[in-house]
Parts: sequence; C-alpha cells; structure tokens
Amino acid sequence: MRHVLEARGLAKTYDTGGAKVFALRGVDLSIGPGEFVAITGPSGCGKSTLLNLLAGLDRPTSGQVWLDGERIDELSETELARLRRRKVGFVFQFFNLLPTLSAAENVELPLLLVGRGRKEARRSASALMGDLGIGDKQDTAPTQLSGGEQQRVALARALANSPDIVMGDEPTGNLDSAAAREVLALLRAARDRGQTLLLVTHDARVAAAADRVINLRDGLVTDETELQAARPVALPFEHDEFG
Amino acid sequence: MRPLFLALLADDSRYGYELKQSLEQEFDEMLPALNAGQIYSTLARLERDGLVVGRSVEGDNRRKRMYELTEAGQAELTSWLETPVPGARLKDEFFMKFVVVVSAGLAAPMRLIERQRREYLQSLRDLDAVLADGAKGPTAELMVEGAVLHLKADLEWLDLLEQRLAVRKEST
Repeated sequence: MRHVLEARGLAKTYDTGGAKVFALRGVDLSIGPGEFVAITGPSGCGKSTLLNLLAGLDRPTSGQVWLDGERIDELSETELARLRRRKVGFVFQFFNLLPTLSAAENVELPLLLVGRGRKEARRSASALMGDLGIGDKQDTAPTQLSGGEQQRVALARALANSPDIVMGDEPTGNLDSAAAREVLALLRAARDRGQTLLLVTHDARVAAAADRVINLRDGLVTDETELQAARPVALPFEHDEFG
Repeated sequence: MRPLFLALLADDSRYGYELKQSLEQEFDEMLPALNAGQIYSTLARLERDGLVVGRSVEGDNRRKRMYELTEAGQAELTSWLETPVPGARLKDEFFMKFVVVVSAGLAAPMRLIERQRREYLQSLRDLDAVLADGAKGPTAELMVEGAVLHLKADLEWLDLLEQRLAVRKEST
C-alpha cells in the first residue's frame, strides 16, 4: 500500500544549554490515504514535535519522513514550502493568523498562493466559514476574534485548498463543546471526501472520532488502537432494574 | 424504578398501561420495550408494601385496576423528592479488577490500562455516533451527553493511574 505519510526511526533531540532533551526517541509511522489518525499523550510526550516533523515544519535529529512518497527531511526550505502549500493544510495550536489581514483574507491566502482567482477564493472562504459558524466574521481582524473563532478561521484556512492531508495541533483546544462538534463534523466531512487527517489532541472526543489512535509516551509510541465503526448503544435501563 | 412509579401516580390515579405509556414517552428510545408483566409486578410489590392501592373500576369490565398512592406512598415520594441522589461514585468496576489482577500478578498493569482505554474510546465513539445521528429526542440526547462526560472523566482517570504507575516504577 502506498502511504501518504511515512516515518522511520524518527528522533528529535533539543540541546538546551548543555542539557539534552530527547523529545522523540525513534518513532515509526505509516498513514494511508484517507485515514483519520489521532496522536494522543500527556503534555511533553513529544506529540507536537512529531507532528511538526511530519509536516516538514521542523527537521529530525535522525530518521526519515516521506510525504506522498517524497523524502522531505532533506528538502530545502523553499522546496518544503512549495510541497506544503500543495499538499498539506496545517492548523497551528496558536493559530498563526496574519494580523494585518481580515479573517476571510487569511482563509483565501492559500488559495491565492496556488494561483486561484480572487472571486473563487472569496467564494470558497465564505462557504467554509459559513460551515464553521463564523460566516459573519469574514471582515473582522483576527485580533478582534475570540480564541474559538480564531481557531475556526485557522481550520478554514487549512481546509481551503482541499489539501491531501490535513494536520492539526489541538484543533479543538479553545472551543466549547458545541463549537468543537462543528469542527469535528467538518473534519469528518473532509475525511469522507478522501482527505487524510492527522491530529494531535488531548480531547478524547476528537481521538474517538479517529480511525486509529496512537499513544505517545516519553517520545515513543506505546500503544496503537484501531477503532471500529460505532456499535449500537446499550440501553441504560435493564429489565432487572424493575423491583 | 419504584419511585418513578410513585411520581407518575402523584397527581392522579392511573391504570398500569398508562404508567407504561408515560415512561416510554418520557425516555424516548432509551427505554427498552416494557412488557406488561414488569409493570404489574412492580405495582404488585408497591401494593404489598402499602405504598399504592389498586381498585377495580366500577362499570369497567376489562378487569383492569386503577392505582393510586396511599399516605405511606405519598410520604415515600416526598422523602425521595427531597433527597438528592448520591454524589460520589467511589465504586469502579475497572479499578477493582485492576487492583486485584495487578496484586496477584495476573497481567501487566499497563496492558490492562491500555485495553480499558481502548474500550472507553470506542464507547465514546459509539455515543458520539448517537449524537451525530441527530434522530434522538431531547431526553435521550441529554442522557448520552451525560455518559460522554463520565467517559471523558474515566479516560482522564486512566491517565492519572498510568502516571502514578510510572512514578512508582521510578521510585523502586
């Protein structure tokens, strides 16, 4: 099977003034097209580091990463940027929205960067923002938005190009449960269209929506679970409760 | 179940099948189809304990009985109304299994936690599918939302258990 993402022996060590921090200590990972994978684990387990390496936002100390069959850990910054623009939508934990652009302009940006027309970009951005319940915030500056709204703008931006793979670092981290459900529904819809999803999360509900959950502890994969299609929910009242 | 019956009889006397209908209506599809036998055996026990009394209705030749609260039943209902249901759920089936299995050395503690975590995640997925389906009534939806919150707490608690285990391992 061809993998959309593959990692072999991925390790990352940070040198913090003499003391070495082993953020990732040898991770192997393969993600197939159309899979929805969640990475979970306590803070400091290396999950954000892993995501950044897989997205080509950071370079491993050792090990290899293939994105859509192409080795990316050796690419130049320019090549990486071009590859990401074409294939990856990324939702940053702290949004990384451009403060000088309106919310809608932030969402349109990736579309314009790959050469789409202005009108088409505006239309797509508007539709996506509507789906995410922020249709009325299009002309608002990011700094005027709440955390939850900024998060949804960041998600709309990541989805705008219909990238092959959508990666997110805690994409529901700042949302109340109603907004989190909207975001999850949109992510599921992306998966149903065949996009691959890779999310780092400590929201159990997001993890439970994934097809596969990878548990990370101290920079190593300790457990991997394939979740099954939802089972019928057992009714809470049993007959023997009548007494 | 018994206090629910008392509550349904609070303002008026009713036939057994009316109680069945009310319960089914209130709990949407979260209640399995009740059979008449369960309703009548519950009513019979309430009657035996002097909390309700059943009377044949004159002119009604179906031989059905109409039930109403006795004074004792009213008192029991009042005390049930005024007493909140217990808050703390100390008893946890998984934890009891965990303690015994680990102390007897029957399984690796981490494997037990991982297996349980999978089950909780799968259950969470099952419940979320019920909500996403959107076809449930408001009562059923609230029940499921409640179960989701409990599951999230159960998952957090597994994380805590795992952390404690790691600390214990380091200190030995």
